Amino acid sequence: MKKIKKIKIKLNGKIKSINQDSNLSLMLKNLKIPLNKVAIELNEEIIDKKKINKIKLNKNDKIEIVHFIGGG
Amino acid sequence: MVNLKKDNLIIANKKFNSRLIVGTGKYKSMPECAKAIKLSGAEIVTVAVRRVNISDKNKPLLMDYVDPKKITYLPNTAGCFNSKEALRTLRLAREIGGWKLVKLEVLGDKKNLFPDMIETLKSTEVLAKEGFKVMVYCNDDPLMAKRLENSGADAIMPLAAPIGSGLGIQNKINIQIIRKQTKLPLIIDAGLGQASDATIAMELGCDGVLVNTAIAKAKKPFEMALAFKNAVIAGRQSFQSGRIDKILMGNPSSPSKGII
Repeated sequence: MKKIKKIKIKLNGKIKSINQDSNLSLMLKNLKIPLNKVAIELNEEIIDKKKINKIKLNKNDKIEIVHFIGGG
Repeated sequence: MVNLKKDNLIIANKKFNSRLIVGTGKYKSMPECAKAIKLSGAEIVTVAVRRVNISDKNKPLLMDYVDPKKITYLPNTAGCFNSKEALRTLRLAREIGGWKLVKLEVLGDKKNLFPDMIETLKSTEVLAKEGFKVMVYCNDDPLMAKRLENSGADAIMPLAAPIGSGLGIQNKINIQIIRKQTKLPLIIDAGLGQASDATIAMELGCDGVLVNTAIAKAKKPFEMALAFKNAVIAGRQSFQSGRIDKILMGNPSSPSKGII
């Protein structure tokens, strides 16, 4: 069996291991993130949610997914 | 019929019926928060931008309880201590769903939570240039308020007292001076403790008030939400009605003529 290579990324401050050929869209889908309710940053740059399919993930990428919560 | 003209709160060309803005933090639960908002009659609520909880996706989402199509979300930068953090937060907020009306709050001290006005001014300028409609939390300082106005702020939001302190308006004179010098919406933000504090703010000529802790942490949040709603309406009506002059000595209410 062919072994799928894993890479490490940082998601919301926590290290996560993902498949090397994974992309951002796939990862968000797996995490069941409702795209219409969040904003996403990749290495401190905001991602246009419409272009998410094209974004590949690389080793040591830093991803932040934020949403609205209660606040004053 | 009483002749109080119907007057809306207008912020960045958007009309609102209610002059009470409420925060969505510090509630025991989402349903409690949603019910308090409803009772307060608020049409604008402040919200915070935070990381999605990846490990617990069953956690209730604010948007599931407070519909952003019915209530205007006002993304806030609470918790930011410099311009860079605040700008990053609001750019992300805009990306969530096109929010342009935002509340800028850059804090300068972790204990008293006073705003860092230098960082606030810098951020206001950048945000205005990027097309944001910025409501700005600031100190009750008329000079700083003027500078914010010149930097492109869409609303001036001086504190009544430190955030969450419940002390009420500490510096009425400054608020009145700011009121006199600006035509921008003037909204008291932070430090109110009870409904009458909101009435005082409105009687000073403010356009609105923003309340979170005083409602969320009241022993009976629903009743307090309603009390604040009524207090803001009463204060506005009182302001519009034109108060009497203050005099030192007594002035009898009954005619002195015809006394037996």
